[in-house]
Parts: sequence; structure tokens; C-alpha cells
Amino acid sequence: MSVRTLTIDGHAVAMATGTTLLAAAREVWVPIPTLCHLEGLSPVAACRLCLVEIEGNGKLQPACLTPVAEGMVVHTDTPRLQDYRRTVIEMLFTEGNHVCAICVANGHCELQDRAVEVGMDHSRLPYRHPDRPVDLSHPHFGLDHNRCILCTRCVRVCDEVEGAHVWDVGWRGEHCRIIAGLNEPWGAVDACTDCGKCVQVCPTGALFDKADTSGEKHTDHGWLGALVRARARGQQTR
Amino acid sequence: MTSLSEAHASPTPSAASPTSVLRVRCCSSAGCLAGGAAELRQGLTTAVARRELQERVAITGVGCLGPCSQGPLLAIDPDGALFAGVTAADADGLIAALAHRLQAVSAAEREAPLAWRPAAGEQVDIGRPFFTRQRRIVLEHCGLIDPERIEAAIERGAYEQLRRAVQECTPAEVVETIRRSGLRGRGGAGYPTGLKWATVAKMPGERKVVVCNADEGDPGAFMDRSVLEGDPHRVLEGMAIAAYAVGAEQGFIYIRAEYKLAIVNLRRAIEQARRRHLLGAGLFGAPFGFTVELRVGAGAYVCGEETALIHSIEGQRGTPRPRPPYPAEAGVWGRPTLINNVETFANVVPILREGAEWFAAIGTEGSKGTKVFCLTGKVCRGGLVEVPMGTSLATIVSEMGEGCPDGAGLKAVQTGGPSGGCVPASLLHTSVDYESLQALGTIMGSGGMVVMDHSTDMVAIAAFFMAFCRDESCGKCVPCRAGTVQLHGLLQKHLAGDATAADLAQLEALCPMVAETSLCGLGQSAPKPVLSTLRYFREEYLARLKPGPTAAATGR
Amino acid sequence: MKLRFATVWLAGCSGCHMSFFDLDEWLIELAELVDVVFSPVASDIKTYPQDVDVCLVEGGVANADNLELLLQVRARTRLLVSFGDCAITANVPGMRNRLDGAEPVLRRGYLELADGSGQLPHAPGLVPELLERVLPLHEVVPVDHYLPGCPPSAARIRAFLEPMLQGELPVMEGAAMIRFG
Ligand SMILES: Cc1cc2nc3c(=O)[nH]c(=O)nc-3n(C[C@H](O)[C@H](O)[C@H](O)COP(=O)(O)O)c2cc1C
Ligand code: SF4
Ligand code: SF4
Ligand code: SF4
Ligand code: SF4
Ligand code: FES
Ligand code: FES
Repeated sequence: MSVRTLTIDGHAVAMATGTTLLAAAREVWVPIPTLCHLEGLSPVAACRLCLVEIEGNGKLQPACLTPVAEGMVVHTDTPRLQDYRRTVIEMLFTEGNHVCAICVANGHCELQDRAVEVGMDHSRLPYRHPDRPVDLSHPHFGLDHNRCILCTRCVRVCDEVEGAHVWDVGWRGEHCRIIAGLNEPWGAVDACTDCGKCVQVCPTGALFDKADTSGEKHTDHGWLGALVRARARGQQTR
Repeated sequence: MTSLSEAHASPTPSAASPTSVLRVRCCSSAGCLAGGAAELRQGLTTAVARRELQERVAITGVGCLGPCSQGPLLAIDPDGALFAGVTAADADGLIAALAHRLQAVSAAEREAPLAWRPAAGEQVDIGRPFFTRQRRIVLEHCGLIDPERIEAAIERGAYEQLRRAVQECTPAEVVETIRRSGLRGRGGAGYPTGLKWATVAKMPGERKVVVCNADEGDPGAFMDRSVLEGDPHRVLEGMAIAAYAVGAEQGFIYIRAEYKLAIVNLRRAIEQARRRHLLGAGLFGAPFGFTVELRVGAGAYVCGEETALIHSIEGQRGTPRPRPPYPAEAGVWGRPTLINNVETFANVVPILREGAEWFAAIGTEGSKGTKVFCLTGKVCRGGLVEVPMGTSLATIVSEMGEGCPDGAGLKAVQTGGPSGGCVPASLLHTSVDYESLQALGTIMGSGGMVVMDHSTDMVAIAAFFMAFCRDESCGKCVPCRAGTVQLHGLLQKHLAGDATAADLAQLEALCPMVAETSLCGLGQSAPKPVLSTLRYFREEYLARLKPGPTAAATGR
Repeated sequence: MKLRFATVWLAGCSGCHMSFFDLDEWLIELAELVDVVFSPVASDIKTYPQDVDVCLVEGGVANADNLELLLQVRARTRLLVSFGDCAITANVPGMRNRLDGAEPVLRRGYLELADGSGQLPHAPGLVPELLERVLPLHEVVPVDHYLPGCPPSAARIRAFLEPMLQGELPVMEGAAMIRFG
């Protein structure tokens, strides 16, 4: 296994080839905010929160996807990045309808966490208040599109880990929406195994267990990484 | 090779003697078809049959003749006289005039200009700068040959360079020729074509893919469509040569569904080439084979972005993915894939035929060859033009396009569509090449060139392009999906006169954010029209501001 | 001289003000440090006075009265504080914005969801007109400070006000101070 040495915010770090900058940064306790990334799922680099500056590279690069390279000098927390990250979070809050006080995820929501991390005490961008539906057709779970940030974790976990491929993204641009099956009510999609993995990986209160009420949705993603690693080692097959 | 006026005057190689056969070339491209070119052509054919002149007057359909804004157009050989605004009602009169000429006895009579004129149209003077300042390389056969007949293309040398490459050159030599020519991609970004070919050629793997990007999504642009409609074999041959050079056997042309005629012409051309063993397995007795399939896209702008295009070919949702890996490393089905634009491929044959040095002698230091533009907007003479790189915008717009109508005065020229920007009238001397345009904050783009006069509202232009990007955003990444909406909202606020200095500051802060954080070129370049109009026409934004909180007061 | 202190209640549920009461005995300390010159819960004065130093404004801007009062507050106040999520994001009152306009909201509330004999309210001058959309304060006037929470806890309010009363800026960082909800 060959090793690459680089510096991240001044910390020297040596990592195996192929490691992402995000993993390398975590190694030296440099926090980089993420939303679409989840260990165990394929990377999509869609939320753009984890962008970092790399000296000599004119373009910002997503830490969740960019592999370490020899001699790289990485900056993860410049004023420009801080401003851009806050703007990304403001865009997410304003493009949906986030009424935290009445949300199942209140207090345990990754979007809320990120808002705190980027120091968002208000949005500098205007709220758009789109008209979005709620799908309660599934016997156990619900999907509130108002809180969906289109991170596609649900799409990926259902396809890549559960193998059911219930979810997809429909339409485009501001009209994008997570769809079940061929844009059917979730409860009408036979492929769903009711495993609840999508609910577990959803960073917000968009996907929830119907038994939960305000502030009661708790998630823990550790199981996903463990499951995927175990499968890779052939220790677990399902 | 030829300026258009020469091309217009050049007879078909098969014409026995200039006067024994007259040839009417009817534009059968989409622009003129929309104006009734099909009916006109039918009318001419009928009139010829009625007078039993089939042996003496040939009616052929050809690709775009250039000044599309005046269609339907037709040209009459041997002298290449060009007529605009011709309708089916003119057909009989024209054939009568041609019949009269064929009966002429004296040379003077035969050579006298045709007295006939279309009832509502006019003769177009092909001595005008619109024609004489062109240099047709990509379009050298467009408008001359019948795109429906492979024989017409072969008479003018089609597939000869493919044969020569396969039989006489190594793939490395072909790549080297393209590299030395200095050709850069015509799809927008201007990436050196030789370098791209060399990268794909070096990739390990038996099953590589060549893709022709014919998605052409810029509003108002139709360069690629014209090439595909008017000279499809040119593109097929370019692709086959590329395939030989990089070691690919499979080719796709990704074309938007709206391009119905181009699709028909391409399908026919592929079939014709296949029948003649110019495509398929074992070409020219060599162990090299190449097949081409069409992939028809539903017309999403973002599907022109190469990684989205690859997803679309694979049957997935057409959204971009981060690069690396570049398509050269992992493209269609993970195979090394060469993606070039239609016009890029159309340059390959002349480069091989005339040599890399010949091509490199045309244009500027960093931008070689010619570029096809669609000249539109507030310009007297619009249409499809091909000019050497380095031609000034003034030459194209004022001289060839003959300036703005109604004497309103030129204000700016927009290039690069929704990914580009404006060049103000004061900088019209700028040379059209990749570097000069980039220095002014715009791009060469794929060839859209929109002329704006003083009645044009630049804030509205910025809002128009932002609305386009907002609609076309695939929605995958946050800054583009939500940022284009916010930017569009801010621009509308400016247009409505409701914006304050704080909104202007917000607009200016959001532009670099969206540009620097978006995942693909669509979002990365979406703010360009705003930045460009702010750079050159800032006063138009300022004049609309209403008093209100300053930037500081709202946290920007 | 004591700070001239005010609180204002626009389109909110009054929860932020209730949380303010949760400051319990600290309210007595506060009362010694400030003059409460206007407040729906701690003063009987009906018109918003001039020269207010600090004003906590609860709620979004939902109707003509809210708008008029907010403009007054802005004009007469040195430090305007957006107090709670409704003031900062429009929050629960803002949920009606998805119906896109005042008219559909009234129809939904008074006709479509009425049991039989619904009628639209019409009392000009008595019932304030709804604005087309509920807006957070800072989309209407410049705001100096933001105190998020639905409601902001008493501890958070105190951590915000204490430095303020010393003439210092509160440090609005971390989940304890700025988490929404
Ligand atoms: C949003 C977007 C749209 C694009 N559309 C086109 C297109 O319609 N045609 C095209 O040739 N290239 C288009 N491109 C550029 C392609 O991604 C790619 O760079 C090009 O096809 C490469 O060919 P070239 O090197 O010959 O220019 C687009 C890029 C972006 C970001
Ligand atoms: S998902 Fe729920 S808790 Fe998270 S930000 Fe949205 S409304 Fe608030
Ligand atoms: S519950 Fe399981 S199977 Fe059903 S949609 Fe979610 S992840 Fe897919
Ligand atoms: S439902 Fe949840 S997991 Fe799925 S895209 Fe939306 S926010 Fe992400
Ligand atoms: S920049 Fe726009 S078009 Fe490109 S991936 Fe992001 S959302 Fe899609
Ligand atoms: S976490 Fe890297 S882009 Fe979303
Ligand atoms: S389309 Fe007929 S001249 Fe261009």
C-alpha cells in the first residue's frame, strides 16, 4: 500500500493512496461539513458543502470525492469557503419549507447541525415557500418533500445497499423531487421491503417513521458503514 | 478552402459542360424548410418534368446556403446566382427562364445574367462581404452537395481521407497530425483536440468509444445542425478517422430529438456508408472496423455536458458527475471515450487532406482554423458564416452582417449563449479567438453570436439567460439548482425597479459563489451573462435601484 | 441612564414572549437595568415610543398592522432584534405562503374548511388586511441581531441580553445560541 503525504490546514498527514481528502481530514481532526456524503454509499458530490481549496488548483474540489495526492496543500476553512458554505445552507433552507419546531427531526437534524456549524442565524437569501406535498401512503413511513434537500442518500441506500431501487429523482432543477417507483405513491411500490434504511440515512426529517412525532426521529449511521464493510469482507451477506 | 462566392460559382464536378446542364440547388435545411422550401422544390421538379427538361435542368436539395434569415433560398449553377425569398409560386417562372437560356444560341446570351426574379424575393449579391469574407472549411461542401446522396459526397472526396489514414498512416501519425494542426474543440471549451485524442489513444482497453456531441442546446444556435443536415458524411468520416486514431470500434452520435431532418439525413448517410463498406467491419481491407449509432436525446441543455451525455447514452438520467475521471478514462459503460463536437469532427477531413501546417497557418497563435457562427439578432444580414479565427467582431458584425437595421446603433455582441457574455461596441475590434474573448469575460462558445442594438435592455438580457439556466439546471447540485433561482429572482427584482443597493450586493456576491461551487459547466458559467453585463453596463443596473438598505445592513 | 427596552408581538404564537417569562427571577434584575417602554406583556402603552434602544420583535410580518408597526419600530429603535424563528424565517405563519396569496388563504380558512355556512371576513379598519405573503422581518426592514429558536429558550434569551445590557455584542455561535427549532 503506497502512501501520500500532504498537509491539511497546516497539519501534515500521510494516507494510503485512494483515500479521500475528507477521510484524511478526519484523521487529523479537521472537521469538514458534509451532507450528501455518507460512508457506505457511492459519492455524488452534489451538496458542495465539503469543497476545499487546494493550492495550485484553480477550482474548489469536493473533499468527499477527491483522493489525496503527494504534496497537496489543502485549506478547508478559508473565509471564502466559510461564506460559500453558509450560502449553500441558506439555499437549502430557503428552497424548501423547514419549520423545525414541528419537525420529527428537530434537534437531531443534520441540516440544523450544519446551519449551526456555518453560523447561520438567519438567511441572507429570501425564502421561497414552494408548494410541496407529503406522501403518507406507506404503512410505516412518511415522506415530507418540504424537508427534502435532495441529497439522494435514500436513492443510493435503497439501490446500493438494500437492492430494491425504490427511489429516483424526478424532474429537474428547482422542480426536482424524490420519486418512488415510477412516480407512484410510496405505499404502492411493491419493490419496497419496508426495511427502513432510507429513513435511517435521511439527514433531515423528510423521511420518517410514522410512529415518531416532533423531535422524535433519531438516526445513527454507524450501522451502514459497518454493514458495507462486513459485506465487503464476506462476513455478512444481507 | 474556397470563399463562398467561389463555392457558389463552382459547378458540380460531374457537370459535363457548364451550359449543357443547369443545376438548381434548393436549400433543404430546416431554416428554409420552415419557410416552404419543400413545396418550392416540388414545384420546380414538377415544372421541369412538365417541360421535359429532366436531362438539362437538375433540381437538387442541398444544405444551408448561408443567409438563412431570408429563406427559402436557391442557387443556380453554373454561375451560382443566389436567390432569396423564393416560393413555390415562383417555380414555373424560373424553369421557363432556364428553358429560355438553354435555347440561347450566342455565347453572350448564354452568359448574360438571368433576368428572372422571385416575385416577393430578391437576388442576393454574392459579392457582398457576407460571402467574400467567409472561409469555408467546415462548410466547404455544405450547400453544394445533395446530402441525401452519398455519391455527391464521394465525388467531392468523401471517405478518401479515411481510406488514406487506414491504409497509409499509423494511428499515432493521425493523432500527431491533429495535434500539429492546433485544432481545438468547437463545443465550447476549446480543449486541444490532438491532446484529447492522444489521451484516449493511450488508455488501455480494447473497447473504446467515440461520441459525437450533436446536442447543440444554446438558444438560437444551429451550426452543428447545418453541418449534419448539409454534409453528414463529413462528420461520419471525421468520427471514423478519430476511431482509427484512438483505437475505438464503436461510435455514437448524440443528437437532440428536435433535429428531425438532421436525424433523417444522418440515418440515411450511415446506412449508405454501411452498404458501401465505408462503415462497419474490416474497412479498406484493414483489420479496423467502426460502427455508428444514433442516440436521440430529449433536448435537455445539460445533456450536452459530456458526463451527462454519457449517462444519457447509457440509458440513465442525464445528470453530470464530477470529473475526474474524465470520459477519456471512463466514459460510456466505463470505457475510454472520446467526445468531440460536430464541428470538431468536421475539421478532421480537411486537416488530413491539406496537412496540419496548412490548417495551422489559418487563424491566430492560439486558435487555428475557422469557426462557424450563427449571426443573429439586430443585424441586417444574419445567418450561418464561417470565418478564420482572428477575424474581428467588427468584420463579422458590421461588415459581413452589415450592421444594425434602422440605424439604431450597435450596443453589444453576445457570444457563448447562456455560458457567455457580451462584448460592448467599444471593443468590437476584438479578434475572435479563444484567448481574446475570454479576456473580455465571454467565451467563443459553440458559435452563437447575437447582435444587440441600443434598444436592448442589458439587465433583461441577463435575466433571459438566467431564466434559461434556471429551467435547464438538472438540479443535482445545490448552488445551481437553488442559486440560479435566487439569481433569477434578484434580476427580476432589478427589472421591476424594486432592487436596492443591498440586492445588487447580493447579486454580486452570489455570482462567484454559484460559479465556483457548481458541479458542472452549466452552473459554473450560469452567472457569466450577469457578470459580463455588470462589467460593461453597470449603469443600467444602477439606474434602476431604488433607495433602501445598504449592503452592510443586510449582512452582505 | 437606563436602556429603553421594548418587545413587540407580530405574527407569532406569543411563545417567544412566554419563553421570555421563563427568565423568572432574572426578570427582576432586568427590570432594574432597563425601562420597559413598550411590550404586550409588560407595559400598557399603546403607541410605540420614540428613541427605543433595544427591541425584541416576535413574529413574522403577516398583515397590514404588522407592517405598519414594524416600520415604526425600525424608525424609532436603535437595535432591532429578530426574536424567534417566526421573525427570522416566517416559520409556522409562513406555511400559508405555499397557497400563494392572501385570497386563497382566506378561502381555505373561511370557505373550504368551514362547516357549511362559511363566509369571508370583511371588516375594513377593524380586521387588518392580510399581506400576500408572510415575510421574515429582515426581508422588510434591516435587522441588527437575530435570536433564533422556536421559542428561544430562556437561557438563550438571557445569554443574548446580558452582554447587550453591558454594551457588548452577544456571541451568536454554537447550538446553544443559534440552532433553529
Ligand atoms: C451545460 C453544457 C452544455 C454543453 N452542450 C454542448 C453541446 O450542445 N454541444 C457540444 O459539442 N458540447 C457541449 N458542451 C461541451 C461538452 O461538455 C464537451 O466539452 C464537448 O462536447 C467536447 O467536444 P470538443 O472538445 O470537440 O469541443 C456542453 C457543456 C456544458 C457544461
Ligand atoms: S428537516 Fe426538520 S429539523 Fe431539519 S431543518 Fe428541516 S424542519 Fe428543521
Ligand atoms: S424502506 Fe427500504 S426498500 Fe423501502 S424505500 Fe426505504 S430503503 Fe427502499
Ligand atoms: S428524502 Fe431525505 S435522504 Fe432522500 S433526498 Fe430527501 S433529504 Fe435526502
Ligand atoms: S451545475 Fe446545474 S446542471 Fe450542473 S450538475 Fe449542478 S445542478 Fe446539474
Ligand atoms: S459532502 Fe461532498 S459534496 Fe456533499
Ligand atoms: S437554412 Fe436555408 S439558407 Fe440556411
